[in-house]
Amino acid sequence: MTKLFPVSINVNGQVYERQVEARLLLSDFLRHELGLMGTHVGCEHGICGACTVLFDGEAVRSCLIFSVQASGHEIRTVESLGTPENLHPLQEAFSEKHALQCGFCTPGFLMTLVPFLEQNPHPTDDEVREAIDGNICRCTGYEKIIEAAQEASKKMSSR
Amino acid sequence: MKPVKFDYYAPASVDEALDTLAELGYDGKVLAGGQSLIAAMNFRMARPAALVDLNNVPELSYINPTPEGGLAIGTMTRVYQVEHDPEVAKRFPLLPEVAKFIAHSQIRRRGTFGGAIAHADPAGQLPSIAVTMDANLLIRGKGKERWVKAADLIIGPFMTTIEPDEMLAEVVLSANPPRTGSNYQQVSRQSGGYAQAAVASIVTLDENNLCKAVRLVLMSVGEVPILSQKASQILVGHVPTADAFKAVAEAAATSEIDPATDLHATAKYRRNLIRVLVARSLAEAFGRAKRGG
Repeated sequence: MTKLFPVSINVNGQVYERQVEARLLLSDFLRHELGLMGTHVGCEHGICGACTVLFDGEAVRSCLIFSVQASGHEIRTVESLGTPENLHPLQEAFSEKHALQCGFCTPGFLMTLVPFLEQNPHPTDDEVREAIDGNICRCTGYEKIIEAAQEASKKMSSR
Repeated sequence: MKPVKFDYYAPASVDEALDTLAELGYDGKVLAGGQSLIAAMNFRMARPAALVDLNNVPELSYINPTPEGGLAIGTMTRVYQVEHDPEVAKRFPLLPEVAKFIAHSQIRRRGTFGGAIAHADPAGQLPSIAVTMDANLLIRGKGKERWVKAADLIIGPFMTTIEPDEMLAEVVLSANPPRTGSNYQQVSRQSGGYAQAAVASIVTLDENNLCKAVRLVLMSVGEVPILSQKASQILVGHVPTADAFKAVAEAAATSEIDPATDLHATAKYRRNLIRVLVARSLAEAFGRAKRGG
Protein backbone atom coordinates (compact mmCIF):
# COMPACT_ATOMS: atom_id res chain seq x y z
CA MET A 1 0.00 0.00 0.00
CA THR A 2 1.21 3.48 -0.74
CA LYS A 3 2.32 5.28 2.37
CA LEU A 4 0.85 8.74 2.81
CA PHE A 5 2.19 11.58 4.91
CA PRO A 6 0.01 14.29 6.44
CA VAL A 7 1.08 17.80 5.47
CA SER A 8 -0.10 21.22 6.51
CA ILE A 9 1.13 23.88 4.10
CA ASN A 10 0.38 27.58 4.13
CA VAL A 11 -0.04 28.64 0.51
CA ASN A 12 -0.72 32.31 -0.21
CA GLY A 13 -1.97 32.84 3.34
CA GLN A 14 -4.32 29.85 3.48
CA VAL A 15 -3.45 26.61 5.28
CA TYR A 16 -4.09 23.41 3.32
CA GLU A 17 -4.09 19.99 4.96
CA ARG A 18 -3.59 16.99 2.73
CA GLN A 19 -2.26 13.42 2.72
CA VAL A 20 0.54 13.11 0.18
CA GLU A 21 3.00 10.57 -1.15
CA ALA A 22 6.59 11.38 -0.22
CA ARG A 23 7.51 11.62 -3.90
CA LEU A 24 4.96 14.34 -4.69
CA LEU A 25 6.90 17.43 -5.76
CA LEU A 26 5.87 20.79 -4.36
CA SER A 27 5.21 21.99 -7.94
CA ASP A 28 2.76 19.12 -8.49
CA PHE A 29 1.18 19.66 -5.08
CA LEU A 30 0.42 23.27 -6.03
CA ARG A 31 -0.93 22.37 -9.46
CA HIS A 32 -2.68 19.06 -8.92
CA GLU A 33 -3.74 19.11 -5.28
CA LEU A 34 -4.60 22.81 -5.01
CA GLY A 35 -5.36 23.62 -8.65
CA LEU A 36 -2.99 26.58 -8.60
CA MET A 37 -1.88 26.36 -12.22
CA GLY A 38 0.11 29.60 -12.19
CA THR A 39 3.27 27.75 -11.16
CA HIS A 40 4.58 26.30 -14.41
CA VAL A 41 6.64 23.16 -14.78
CA GLY A 42 9.29 23.28 -17.50
CA CYS A 43 12.34 21.10 -17.09
CA GLU A 44 11.75 19.45 -13.70
CA HIS A 45 15.44 19.48 -12.89
CA GLY A 46 16.14 23.00 -11.74
CA ILE A 47 17.43 24.55 -14.96
CA CYS A 48 14.52 26.55 -16.41
CA GLY A 49 13.18 28.43 -13.38
CA ALA A 50 9.53 28.37 -14.49
CA CYS A 51 8.44 26.69 -11.24
CA THR A 52 10.05 29.27 -8.93
CA VAL A 53 7.94 30.02 -5.82
CA LEU A 54 8.67 31.65 -2.48
CA PHE A 55 9.47 29.24 0.37
CA ASP A 56 9.39 31.19 3.65
CA GLY A 57 9.99 34.31 1.56
CA GLU A 58 12.91 32.95 -0.49
CA ALA A 59 12.78 32.18 -4.21
CA VAL A 60 13.34 28.46 -4.75
CA ARG A 61 12.58 25.73 -7.31
CA SER A 62 9.31 24.01 -6.45
CA CYS A 63 10.33 21.06 -8.67
CA LEU A 64 13.33 20.36 -6.42
CA ILE A 65 11.41 20.20 -3.14
CA PHE A 66 9.04 17.45 -2.05
CA SER A 67 5.68 18.70 -0.80
CA VAL A 68 6.20 16.76 2.43
CA GLN A 69 9.20 19.03 3.06
CA ALA A 70 7.00 22.11 2.80
CA SER A 71 4.79 21.06 5.70
CA GLY A 72 4.77 23.82 8.30
CA HIS A 73 6.24 26.31 5.86
CA GLU A 74 4.83 29.30 3.98
CA ILE A 75 4.64 29.13 0.21
CA ARG A 76 3.79 32.02 -2.07
CA THR A 77 2.91 31.52 -5.71
CA VAL A 78 2.24 33.90 -8.58
CA GLU A 79 -1.47 33.78 -7.67
CA SER A 80 -0.63 35.85 -4.59
CA LEU A 81 0.66 38.82 -6.58
CA GLY A 82 -2.25 40.57 -8.27
CA THR A 83 -5.52 40.13 -10.13
CA PRO A 84 -6.22 41.10 -13.77
CA GLU A 85 -8.00 44.20 -12.46
CA ASN A 86 -5.40 45.02 -9.88
CA LEU A 87 -1.95 43.93 -11.03
CA HIS A 88 1.14 43.89 -8.84
CA PRO A 89 3.49 46.72 -9.94
CA LEU A 90 5.88 44.11 -11.35
CA GLN A 91 3.10 42.49 -13.38
CA GLU A 92 2.03 45.96 -14.55
CA ALA A 93 5.58 46.69 -15.66
CA PHE A 94 5.85 43.33 -17.48
CA SER A 95 2.67 44.20 -19.36
CA GLU A 96 3.72 47.77 -20.18
CA LYS A 97 7.23 46.83 -21.31
CA HIS A 98 6.18 43.73 -23.27
CA ALA A 99 8.35 41.55 -21.05
CA LEU A 100 6.46 38.44 -22.06
CA GLN A 101 5.19 36.82 -25.21
CA CYS A 102 4.05 33.24 -24.62
CA GLY A 103 4.05 33.73 -20.87
CA PHE A 104 5.25 30.27 -19.90
CA CYS A 105 8.33 31.48 -18.05
CA THR A 106 6.66 34.58 -16.60
CA PRO A 107 5.50 33.23 -13.21
CA GLY A 108 9.07 32.10 -12.48
CA PHE A 109 10.51 35.50 -13.42
CA LEU A 110 7.92 37.29 -11.29
CA MET A 111 8.50 35.13 -8.23
CA THR A 112 12.27 35.54 -8.62
CA LEU A 113 12.08 39.31 -9.06
CA VAL A 114 9.56 40.13 -6.32
CA PRO A 115 11.87 39.29 -3.37
CA PHE A 116 14.86 40.60 -5.33
CA LEU A 117 13.27 44.04 -5.81
CA GLU A 118 12.08 44.13 -2.21
CA GLN A 119 15.68 43.59 -1.07
CA ASN A 120 17.30 45.71 -3.82
CA PRO A 121 14.91 48.61 -4.50
CA HIS A 122 17.32 50.32 -6.94
CA PRO A 123 19.28 47.61 -8.77
CA THR A 124 21.65 48.13 -11.68
CA ASP A 125 20.94 46.32 -14.94
CA ASP A 126 23.79 43.93 -14.17
CA GLU A 127 22.30 43.11 -10.78
CA VAL A 128 18.97 42.34 -12.47
CA ARG A 129 20.79 40.13 -15.00
CA GLU A 130 22.44 38.22 -12.18
CA ALA A 131 19.13 37.89 -10.33
CA ILE A 132 17.39 36.32 -13.33
CA ASP A 133 20.26 34.14 -14.52
CA GLY A 134 18.35 31.13 -13.23
CA ASN A 135 15.28 31.78 -15.36
CA ILE A 136 15.08 30.91 -19.03
CA CYS A 137 12.91 32.85 -21.50
CA ARG A 138 12.83 31.76 -25.14
CA CYS A 139 10.73 34.66 -26.45
CA THR A 140 11.89 38.05 -25.29
CA GLY A 141 15.68 38.01 -25.40
CA TYR A 142 15.59 39.24 -21.78
CA GLU A 143 16.10 42.95 -22.56
CA LYS A 144 12.39 43.69 -22.08
CA ILE A 145 12.40 41.75 -18.81
CA ILE A 146 15.29 43.86 -17.52
CA GLU A 147 13.44 47.02 -18.58
CA ALA A 148 10.32 45.78 -16.78
CA ALA A 149 12.27 45.04 -13.61
CA GLN A 150 13.70 48.58 -13.68
CA GLU A 151 10.25 50.04 -14.32
CA ALA A 152 8.84 47.99 -11.46
CA SER A 153 11.58 49.17 -9.12
CA LYS A 154 10.44 52.76 -9.79
CA LYS A 155 6.78 51.86 -9.32
CA MET A 156 7.46 49.90 -6.13
CA SER A 157 9.58 52.57 -4.49
CA SER A 158 7.11 55.35 -5.30
CA ARG A 159 4.13 53.53 -3.72
CA MET B 1 9.38 12.77 -15.03
CA LYS B 2 8.57 11.92 -11.44
CA PRO B 3 10.61 10.03 -8.85
CA VAL B 4 9.89 6.36 -8.13
CA LYS B 5 8.27 5.61 -4.79
CA PHE B 6 10.48 5.81 -1.75
CA ASP B 7 10.13 5.81 1.99
CA TYR B 8 10.70 9.07 3.82
CA TYR B 9 12.11 9.89 7.25
CA ALA B 10 12.44 13.38 8.70
CA PRO B 11 14.47 13.11 11.91
CA ALA B 12 14.55 16.11 14.24
CA SER B 13 18.07 15.57 15.61
CA VAL B 14 21.45 14.26 14.50
CA ASP B 15 21.15 11.26 16.83
CA GLU B 16 17.78 10.34 15.39
CA ALA B 17 19.16 10.75 11.86
CA LEU B 18 22.12 8.47 12.62
CA ASP B 19 19.82 5.86 14.20
CA THR B 20 17.65 5.91 11.09
CA LEU B 21 20.65 5.63 8.75
CA ALA B 22 22.00 2.70 10.79
CA GLU B 23 18.64 0.91 10.57
CA LEU B 24 18.21 1.50 6.85
CA GLY B 25 21.75 0.49 5.83
CA TYR B 26 22.13 0.40 2.06
CA ASP B 27 18.47 1.41 1.55
CA GLY B 28 18.96 4.84 3.12
CA LYS B 29 20.13 8.00 1.42
CA VAL B 30 20.66 11.37 3.07
CA LEU B 31 18.60 14.22 1.63
CA ALA B 32 20.31 17.57 2.22
CA GLY B 33 19.34 20.51 -0.03
CA GLY B 34 18.21 18.10 -2.73
CA GLN B 35 19.17 20.41 -5.57
CA SER B 36 21.13 17.64 -7.29
CA LEU B 37 19.54 14.54 -5.72
CA ILE B 38 15.90 15.46 -6.39
CA ALA B 39 16.76 16.42 -9.99
CA ALA B 40 18.41 13.00 -10.42
CA MET B 41 15.37 11.34 -8.80
CA ASN B 42 12.99 13.21 -11.12
CA PHE B 43 14.91 11.67 -14.02
CA ARG B 44 14.89 8.30 -12.21
CA MET B 45 18.66 8.19 -12.49
CA ALA B 46 18.66 8.00 -8.68
CA ARG B 47 16.21 5.57 -7.08
CA PRO B 48 16.91 5.51 -3.35
CA ALA B 49 14.62 3.18 -1.39
CA ALA B 50 14.41 5.64 1.49
CA LEU B 51 15.38 9.24 2.12
CA VAL B 52 16.59 10.57 5.46
CA ASP B 53 15.79 14.27 5.22
CA LEU B 54 18.09 16.50 7.30
CA ASN B 55 16.11 19.70 6.70
CA ASN B 56 14.42 19.46 10.11
CA VAL B 57 17.73 19.20 11.98
CA PRO B 58 18.58 22.81 12.88
CA GLU B 59 21.73 21.77 14.81
CA LEU B 60 23.42 21.01 11.45
CA SER B 61 23.19 24.60 10.21
CA TYR B 62 25.80 27.04 11.54
CA ILE B 63 28.98 28.98 10.77
CA ASN B 64 31.17 29.07 13.89
CA PRO B 65 34.68 30.47 14.36
CA THR B 66 37.28 27.91 15.51
CA PRO B 67 39.86 28.78 18.21
CA GLU B 68 42.62 28.61 15.54
CA GLY B 69 41.03 31.37 13.45
CA GLY B 70 39.24 29.14 10.97
CA LEU B 71 35.57 28.32 10.57
CA ALA B 72 33.42 25.29 11.27
CA ILE B 73 30.45 25.07 8.93
CA GLY B 74 27.52 22.76 9.62
CA THR B 75 26.71 20.48 6.74
CA MET B 76 23.17 21.85 6.24
CA THR B 77 24.25 25.49 6.02
CA ARG B 78 22.79 26.79 2.77
CA VAL B 79 25.26 27.82 0.08
CA TYR B 80 23.53 31.21 0.05
CA GLN B 81 24.34 31.70 3.76
CA VAL B 82 28.01 30.89 3.16
CA GLU B 83 28.02 33.20 0.14
CA HIS B 84 26.76 36.17 2.17
CA ASP B 85 28.35 35.59 5.59
CA PRO B 86 30.72 38.47 6.53
CA GLU B 87 33.02 36.19 8.58
CA VAL B 88 33.36 33.83 5.63
CA ALA B 89 34.15 36.72 3.31
CA LYS B 90 36.78 38.08 5.70
CA ARG B 91 38.58 34.79 6.33
CA PHE B 92 37.98 32.93 3.07
CA PRO B 93 37.22 35.36 0.21
CA LEU B 94 37.55 32.41 -2.17
CA LEU B 95 34.14 31.09 -1.04
CA PRO B 96 31.92 34.06 -2.01
CA GLU B 97 33.98 34.38 -5.19
CA VAL B 98 33.19 30.77 -6.14
CA ALA B 99 29.58 30.80 -4.90
CA LYS B 100 28.47 33.17 -7.65
CA PHE B 101 29.28 30.41 -10.15
CA ILE B 102 27.24 27.73 -8.40
CA ALA B 103 24.03 27.23 -10.37
CA HIS B 104 21.56 30.04 -9.65
CA SER B 105 20.44 32.04 -6.62
CA GLN B 106 17.26 29.95 -6.29
CA ILE B 107 19.39 26.78 -6.13
CA ARG B 108 21.91 28.30 -3.70
CA ARG B 109 19.14 29.27 -1.27
CA ARG B 110 18.18 25.63 -0.90
CA GLY B 111 21.40 23.74 -1.75
CA THR B 112 23.72 23.04 1.16
CA PHE B 113 27.45 23.46 1.66
CA GLY B 114 28.00 19.93 3.00
CA GLY B 115 25.55 18.27 0.66
CA ALA B 116 27.38 19.61 -2.38
CA ILE B 117 30.71 18.27 -1.09
CA ALA B 118 29.28 14.84 -0.23
CA HIS B 119 27.61 14.65 -3.65
CA ALA B 120 31.13 14.70 -5.19
CA ASP B 121 30.00 15.80 -8.63
CA PRO B 122 33.21 16.17 -10.69
CA ALA B 123 31.68 19.25 -12.29
CA GLY B 124 30.54 20.69 -8.95
CA GLN B 125 32.45 23.63 -7.55
CA LEU B 126 32.34 22.86 -3.83
CA PRO B 127 34.01 19.41 -3.88
CA SER B 128 36.95 21.00 -5.73
CA ILE B 129 37.02 24.00 -3.42
CA ALA B 130 37.01 21.72 -0.36
CA VAL B 131 40.11 20.02 -1.81
CA THR B 132 41.73 23.37 -2.62
CA MET B 133 41.10 24.60 0.94
CA ASP B 134 42.29 21.26 2.37
CA ALA B 135 39.03 21.08 4.35
CA ASN B 136 38.73 18.73 7.31
CA LEU B 137 35.47 16.84 7.21
CA LEU B 138 33.68 15.34 10.20
CA ILE B 139 31.94 12.10 9.26
CA ARG B 140 29.49 10.79 11.81
CA GLY B 141 27.67 7.48 12.23
CA LYS B 142 25.76 5.91 15.08
CA GLY B 143 28.22 5.81 18.01
CA LYS B 144 31.21 6.70 15.84
CA GLU B 145 32.91 9.64 14.20
CA ARG B 146 36.02 10.27 12.15
CA TRP B 147 37.82 13.12 10.42
CA VAL B 148 38.88 12.94 6.81
CA LYS B 149 40.55 15.37 4.40
CA ALA B 150 38.46 16.41 1.40
CA ALA B 151 41.00 14.91 -1.03
CA ASP B 152 40.69 11.53 0.71
CA LEU B 153 36.90 11.66 0.84
CA ILE B 154 36.31 11.90 -2.89
CA ILE B 155 37.34 8.69 -4.67
CA GLY B 156 35.43 8.91 -7.95
CA PRO B 157 32.62 10.70 -9.75
CA PHE B 158 29.76 10.90 -7.22
CA MET B 159 31.73 8.48 -5.00
CA THR B 160 33.03 9.13 -1.51
CA THR B 161 34.25 7.08 1.43
CA ILE B 162 31.08 7.94 3.38
CA GLU B 163 29.49 4.61 4.43
CA PRO B 164 25.71 4.07 4.12
CA ASP B 165 25.28 4.48 7.88
CA GLU B 166 27.35 7.69 7.97
CA MET B 167 26.91 11.30 7.00
CA LEU B 168 29.03 14.39 6.56
CA ALA B 169 28.28 16.52 9.63
CA GLU B 170 30.73 19.42 9.60
CA VAL B 171 33.30 21.09 7.38
CA VAL B 172 36.25 22.73 9.13
CA LEU B 173 38.37 25.26 7.26
CA SER B 174 41.75 26.17 8.73
CA ALA B 175 42.84 29.80 8.84
CA ASN B 176 45.02 30.96 5.98
CA PRO B 177 48.57 32.04 6.92
CA PRO B 178 49.45 35.72 6.37
CA ARG B 179 50.24 36.76 2.80
CA THR B 180 47.84 34.24 1.31
CA GLY B 181 45.85 34.96 -1.82
CA SER B 182 43.23 32.95 -3.65
CA ASN B 183 41.40 32.99 -6.94
CA TYR B 184 38.79 31.10 -8.94
CA GLN B 185 38.51 30.96 -12.72
CA GLN B 186 35.72 29.22 -14.60
CA VAL B 187 34.47 29.04 -18.14
CA SER B 188 30.95 27.82 -18.87
CA ARG B 189 28.59 28.35 -21.77
CA GLN B 190 26.13 30.35 -19.74
CA SER B 191 25.87 31.92 -16.32
CA GLY B 192 25.24 29.19 -13.78
CA GLY B 193 25.97 26.45 -16.31
CA TYR B 194 28.32 23.52 -15.92
CA ALA B 195 31.99 24.41 -15.87
CA GLN B 196 33.68 23.34 -19.09
CA ALA B 197 36.80 23.74 -17.02
CA ALA B 198 37.71 25.64 -13.87
CA VAL B 199 40.75 26.34 -11.72
CA ALA B 200 41.02 27.30 -8.07
CA SER B 201 44.21 28.41 -6.39
CA ILE B 202 45.38 29.34 -2.91
CA VAL B 203 48.96 30.62 -2.66
CA THR B 204 51.17 31.92 0.15
CA LEU B 205 54.25 34.13 -0.11
CA ASP B 206 57.15 34.22 2.38
CA GLU B 207 58.78 37.43 3.66
CA ASN B 208 61.13 37.47 0.65
CA ASN B 209 58.28 37.26 -1.85
CA LEU B 210 59.10 33.66 -2.71
CA CYS B 211 56.31 31.15 -3.09
CA LYS B 212 55.91 29.37 0.22
CA ALA B 213 52.93 27.19 -0.63
CA VAL B 214 50.51 26.65 -3.48
CA ARG B 215 47.35 24.61 -3.80
CA LEU B 216 46.09 24.56 -7.37
CA VAL B 217 43.04 22.45 -8.18
CA LEU B 218 41.85 21.60 -11.68
CA MET B 219 38.14 21.02 -12.01
CA SER B 220 35.84 19.37 -14.52
CA VAL B 221 38.81 17.80 -16.31
CA GLY B 222 38.89 14.39 -14.63
CA GLU B 223 36.82 12.06 -12.50
CA VAL B 224 37.72 13.86 -9.28
CA PRO B 225 39.14 17.29 -8.37
CA ILE B 226 42.82 17.24 -9.34
CA LEU B 227 45.34 18.81 -6.97
CA SER B 228 48.29 19.84 -9.12
CA GLN B 229 51.63 18.41 -7.97
CA LYS B 230 53.48 20.26 -10.73
CA ALA B 231 52.42 23.61 -9.30
CA SER B 232 54.20 22.90 -6.02
CA GLN B 233 57.25 21.40 -7.76
CA ILE B 234 57.70 24.38 -10.07
CA LEU B 235 56.74 27.25 -7.78
CA VAL B 236 57.61 26.54 -4.14
CA GLY B 237 60.82 28.32 -3.09
CA HIS B 238 60.94 30.42 -6.23
CA VAL B 239 59.92 33.88 -7.31
CA PRO B 240 56.45 33.57 -8.84
CA THR B 241 56.80 34.98 -12.35
CA ALA B 242 54.59 34.94 -15.41
CA ASP B 243 57.02 32.48 -17.02
CA ALA B 244 56.69 30.15 -14.05
CA PHE B 245 52.89 30.34 -14.27
CA LYS B 246 53.13 29.44 -17.96
CA ALA B 247 55.31 26.46 -17.10
CA VAL B 248 52.79 25.25 -14.53
CA ALA B 249 49.93 25.78 -16.97
CA GLU B 250 51.71 23.79 -19.66
CA ALA B 251 52.61 20.96 -17.28
CA ALA B 252 49.09 20.82 -15.83
CA ALA B 253 47.41 20.87 -19.23
CA THR B 254 49.63 18.18 -20.74
CA SER B 255 50.31 15.77 -17.90
CA GLU B 256 47.92 16.18 -14.99
CA ILE B 257 44.42 16.12 -16.43
CA ASP B 258 42.25 13.59 -18.21
CA PRO B 259 39.46 15.67 -19.75
CA ALA B 260 36.46 14.04 -21.41
CA THR B 261 34.62 15.03 -24.55
CA ASP B 262 30.93 15.53 -23.84
CA LEU B 263 28.13 17.87 -24.92
CA HIS B 264 29.61 20.70 -22.85
CA ALA B 265 33.07 20.75 -24.47
CA THR B 266 35.67 18.67 -26.29
CA ALA B 267 38.68 17.28 -24.43
CA LYS B 268 40.97 19.42 -26.56
CA TYR B 269 39.09 22.58 -25.70
CA ARG B 270 39.13 21.72 -22.00
CA ARG B 271 42.91 21.23 -22.18
CA ASN B 272 43.27 24.65 -23.76
CA LEU B 273 41.06 26.19 -21.10
CA ILE B 274 43.20 24.71 -18.33
CA ARG B 275 46.31 26.15 -19.97
CA VAL B 276 44.76 29.63 -19.99
CA LEU B 277 42.95 29.50 -16.64
CA VAL B 278 45.91 28.16 -14.62
CA ALA B 279 48.14 31.04 -15.67
CA ARG B 280 45.36 33.54 -15.05
CA SER B 281 44.41 32.14 -11.65
CA LEU B 282 48.01 31.97 -10.37
CA ALA B 283 48.76 35.53 -11.49
CA GLU B 284 45.67 36.82 -9.73
CA ALA B 285 46.19 34.77 -6.55
CA PHE B 286 49.85 35.81 -6.17
CA GLY B 287 48.85 39.42 -6.83
CA ARG B 288 46.36 39.22 -4.00
CA ALA B 289 48.87 37.50 -1.70
CA LYS B 290 51.32 40.35 -2.33
CA ARG B 291 48.66 42.88 -1.39
CA GLY B 292 48.05 40.93 1.82
CA GLY B 293 45.27 38.60 0.64
